[in-house]
Parts: sequence; structure tokens; C-alpha cells
Amino acid sequence: MELPLLHLALVGTPNSGKTSLFNALTGSRQKVANYPGVTVERKEGFFVTPLGRQVSVVDLPGTYSLRGRSPDEEITRDFVLGKASGETVPDLVLCVADSTNLRLTIRLLLELKRTGRPMILVLNMFDIASRRGITVDVERLAKELGVPVVTSIAVRKGGTADLLALTDEISAKLAAEPQDNSWRALSVAELRATQREADRIIADCVSLPARPDTLTARIDAVVLHPVGGLIVLAAILFVMFQAVFAWAQPLMELLQSGFDALGELVHATLPAGLLQSFLQNGVISGVGSVIVFLPQIIIIFLFILLLEDFGYMARAAFLMDRIMGGAGLHGRAFIPLLSSFACAIPGIMATRVIDNKRDRLTTILIAPLMTCSARIPVYTLIISAFIPARDVWGFINLQGLVMFGLYAAGITSALIVSFLIKFFMLRDYAPAPFMLELPDYKVPRLKSIAIGIFTRAKMFLQRAGTTIFSMMVLIWFLASFPQPPAGATEPAIDFSLAAIIGKAIAPLLAPVGFNWQIAVALIPGMAAREVAVAALGTVYAIEGGKEAAEQIGQVLATKWSLATALSMLAWYIFAPQCASTLAVIRRETGSWTWMAVTFSYMLMLAYAASLLTYNVAVALGAG
Amino acid sequence: MTDLNETRRMMPLGLARRGYAGVIQHLSAKDAGSALSDVELESRLIELGFVEGARVEVLHEGLVGRDPIAVRVDNITIAVRRREAMAIVVA
Repeated sequence: MELPLLHLALVGTPNSGKTSLFNALTGSRQKVANYPGVTVERKEGFFVTPLGRQVSVVDLPGTYSLRGRSPDEEITRDFVLGKASGETVPDLVLCVADSTNLRLTIRLLLELKRTGRPMILVLNMFDIASRRGITVDVERLAKELGVPVVTSIAVRKGGTADLLALTDEISAKLAAEPQDNSWRALSVAELRATQREADRIIADCVSLPARPDTLTARIDAVVLHPVGGLIVLAAILFVMFQAVFAWAQPLMELLQSGFDALGELVHATLPAGLLQSFLQNGVISGVGSVIVFLPQIIIIFLFILLLEDFGYMARAAFLMDRIMGGAGLHGRAFIPLLSSFACAIPGIMATRVIDNKRDRLTTILIAPLMTCSARIPVYTLIISAFIPARDVWGFINLQGLVMFGLYAAGITSALIVSFLIKFFMLRDYAPAPFMLELPDYKVPRLKSIAIGIFTRAKMFLQRAGTTIFSMMVLIWFLASFPQPPAGATEPAIDFSLAAIIGKAIAPLLAPVGFNWQIAVALIPGMAAREVAVAALGTVYAIEGGKEAAEQIGQVLATKWSLATALSMLAWYIFAPQCASTLAVIRRETGSWTWMAVTFSYMLMLAYAASLLTYNVAVALGAG
Repeated sequence: MTDLNETRRMMPLGLARRGYAGVIQHLSAKDAGSALSDVELESRLIELGFVEGARVEVLHEGLVGRDPIAVRVDNITIAVRRREAMAIVVA
């Protein structure tokens, strides 16, 4: 007889190693979606136990209690209580603890026990605890808590064997009848009493060594130093952006020549005509010019995930708290804003860690000003076409320096906007508290990072395959139809719909130095910023015939003045060129007004910045 | 009895400088002037391990106004602003 799917839920405090355990159990068999009605990420994975039981496991958002003071924590509470809409009550709850830090988890577990759900306490990172001389009397702990306890080392192969065996053993004798749920929100006195009880149990079952984690203390002495720490932070960010530029280059060139070869193949195989033009100029050069940026996106996420896993992100929030506080931002906003460097969408969604509504709103409004990875294609294209690749002061690449400057401009303007919001719009406002655990440093888990990067790369490629592909088809259509009349001498694109639209809005953009080709490219760029690159490629490739298809950059260098190029860079720092970001803002704030506010303020900033840049550049002789 | 706690003066953790080590005597959320309600602040502090009898040590201070502070609470480290740390009475 086939047993029904066993439903597990992972619950634990932040930093308990819950996610690495989830990755160890499920590998790449994961499904990421949202809980209905809210934008909390729902991570579900699947595996099979040694006895052949099919298991579904959900990684719930980290929490210190079941009080549910943020949307994430409410999901965790409702899920465990079986109140989450459309969700099955978990058959078994795995309460995950960092073995080196049991206090907070044991208190959470005592609270969880009141829900009556069958439960296992998983002492994760048990190897680190042993190395530090922490010994746990597992049997006694299980007896005191009244809950089975198992140790695990999520990062080691086979480190979850005991957990799997115990899951089989327990699931075989799970009671069919529902358990009593006596949980209700704890009062302060009860909370205190539970923590006392947890501390008593720990004192009985765990022996802590006299020596704390000296390595973390030594690293923190430098990294959290009031001045030294900020220098380290700046250095990390600088290396990150140089790496994005330098390391990705060979791979990008490889991809580029691959797509070029494919385009040539199509060109040589198919007879000249609409189909040939569609495949070569629309599909291959269009989608190819976006996929080329995959290496850079992978490097950005590599850095973000490494820093997160290492435990540095919380330190960055600590260092930035007061500095961002001066601009009206919460220290916790640092992580969402840093994620926005990859993409504003996960960044805006990550603002859920900020519980104060106003702090959260400010962060959402400025998140799109952080230079997201979709701007990289545009920046890279223009920088490599117009900025010479030479070294300044002997070791800094000038192109990398300009890139760094663009990022810095985004950050600076975000801080100024945030300050203005605080000053003009949200005046009656008391700063919300900043309380954050600074976890001990850990060697990043390569498997977790690989899975994280894989998930993001997949998302990017899916976007390239769907949204961007359809936009490319649209752009190719706009640029190819109507066809020029017989005997016309001008380039074919001059007769197209794209030219008509572009020329119609071009007068509005003329003061900032944009020609009608740029105006055409900006329209599909609304779907995703990077599409503008492909659109420029299509517009110019079709206009220039086959010799122009090889390098968009070379074409731009001949068609644009330096002033136009700089103006375009300035435009892209600010422009609200992303329909999905606007959609997420609308969903997260629950209001069209805030979406409209974001769109208009960014558009105004973009226009003003481009106008200034263009005119200054022209005045300096770059026109 | 030579209990250290009785000989040392009680003070809020929010005024402690880097290097200060002591033991939590009690929580007094109404003295903190936090944006949170007293009950909420007290609950959160307890959830992060700030309970009576816990040993605390101020490990790091921020650059601007020596704020926030990184506090060792038994064997974990918590970052907290001085404003909220005013609710934690230590000696």
C-alpha cells in the first residue's frame, strides 16, 4: 500500500541553519512560490526517506516566537497551527536549533509544544558545537523536553542520516487523531517563565565551555571597529563591483561569440527574407544580448549569498544603522537595499523584515534607486563603447571606476530621497527599534550557495525566455513593419512603426540628447531594463544590415556623441524602467498611490539628471 | 555575602560603554522611550535572551554617537540601539 505524502515543516530562529538543513534534505528538488495573498516566500522541497516514504518539507520563515509580529512570522504561526489557507497541517514539525546557541530555540520549542503538533528537535551544526567543547546530554534533553532530539550536521554528507531514520520511526507511529492545541499568545510573564524554564533545562543538559568563539571575536574586533569596519565594508563593495566587471568578461565574450556564430549560421543557412531576419535579428541577437549578462548576475549573487552565509550581512546592518538612520532609514533596511543591487523585486519583498510600516515604506520607495543587475547590461554596453579601458593610478580600471561611480550615484541619491521623505512626508515619526542577532561567523556552505545561485540563474533565464523573448518579438515586429515601399533608398526601419513612435516622443527627449532610436528602445525597456540593450541592437542591427550585427557597442560609438552616452547613463541611474518593480511596489504597499509616487519621482529625477549631464557635457565639448 | 551585584551601582545598559560587563537586574520598558509599546519592547527583549540574571558585556559601539551597541548576552551577540537598551537595568 502506498503511504500518503508525509508533510514536514521546518521551524527555527533566524540563523539556526534551517535553510542549509532544508537544502541538505532536498537538494535541488525545491519549489519556490508565494503564500496566497501575501508576498512571503514559500519554499517547499521533496525527498524520500530510507524506508521509502515520500516527504514534502516546507522551510518556514525564521521566528523567535509564535506571536507573529510581521507577515513572515504570522505565516510560521498559522502554518504550524494549521490555519494557513490552502495548506495542510504539518504531520511533523522539525524545530531546528543551532547547537552552539540553544537558549532562544529551546524557549521557542517550549512554546511550539503547546500547539500539540508532533515534533522533533534537531540539534543542527553539532560538529561546530563539539569543536567548541560544548557537550549536550541528548537523552536527558529529550526527556526534559518531552520531545525526541536528534543531532545533525547539515553541511556534511550523511550528516542528516539520524534525522532521516528518526523521521521514519516517528512517522510510522504518528497518531491519526488530532492533538490538543493549547497555544495562545504568551503574556510577558509567561514569556519570562518559559525562558527561565529553557535556561534551567539547558543548565541541566548542556555544558558550555569556558572558551567562547574566539575567531568570531577576533574578526569582529576588526569588522565592527567603528572606523575600520566601515573601511572593510567599502572595500568589500568595491571588490564586488570590480569583480562583476573583470571576472565576468571572458565568459561574456565566450557567450557573445557563441550567439554571433549561431546568428551567422542562421544567416548562411536560410534564404534572405523575413524568417531569416526574424531569427537572426529578432530572436538570436535579441535574447542573446541579454543572456550574455548571466555571468555578471551570477557573480553578484555569489557575493551576496557568500556574505549572508558567512554572517557578515548582520554586521553590515550594525555598521550602517546610524549612518542610514541619519537619512531616515532603519539598519535592517540595509539587507533589502543590498539585495536590490541584484534586483529591486526581491529587495522590496525583503523589506518585510522591517516591522515598522513607515520605515518599510521609505525603504520600498528608494529600493529601485539601487543599481540592479538589469542595469548592468546597459551600463556595460555604454561604458565599454565610450570609456577607454585604461588604468588610472596604475591599478584601477577606469571602466570599473565609472561603474563604481554609477553605483555610488544611485546610493547617494537614495539616501537623499530617503532624507527628504522623512523630512517632508513622514514628520511625526519616532525611529523604530533596531534589534538584531549577530550570528557567529561560519564557513559558507558551498552547496547552499550553489543551490541559491542556481535558483536565481534559473529565474533570470526564465525571464529571458519569456518576458524578454516576447518583447524582442514585439520590438522586431515594430522595427520591421510596415515594410519600406519598393525602390526606397532610406534604411527600412525609417518606415517602421518603431520609427513613428520613437519620432513622436523624440522631441520630449531631445533636450537630454536622446535620438529617436533611443526613444524606441526605452519603450520595451519598460518590461525589463536590460531589454533596452537588445532593443538598441535590433533597431541598429536592422538599420545597418548584417555588418552591424556583430557589435552593438561599436555601432553606438559611431552613432552617439559622448554627451548622449553620459546622458543615457544618468537616465538609467534613476529611470523607473521596470514594470515588474512597479507591480511589486503596488502589491507590497497595497496602494496605487505609492506606485504612482515612485514612478513620477524617479521619472522626474531621471529627466533632470540627464538634462544636467547632457548640457554640462556639451558645454565641456563632448557634444 | 560578597555578592558583586549588591556592591555595584545599578544602571541602564543604554549608558554602558564598550568593555562594560554586568548582570541584568530587571527590565523597565517604560524608561526606554522606545517607539514600541512597553509590553512589545519587553517581549522582544526577552525573546532575544535579555532576562534577569543573564550576563551581558558591551563588545562594540557604532561610529555615530557610539550607537548602536553589540552586546554579548550569555553566549550570543545582539545588536541593539542605546534607546532600547535603556530598558535593561544592569549592575
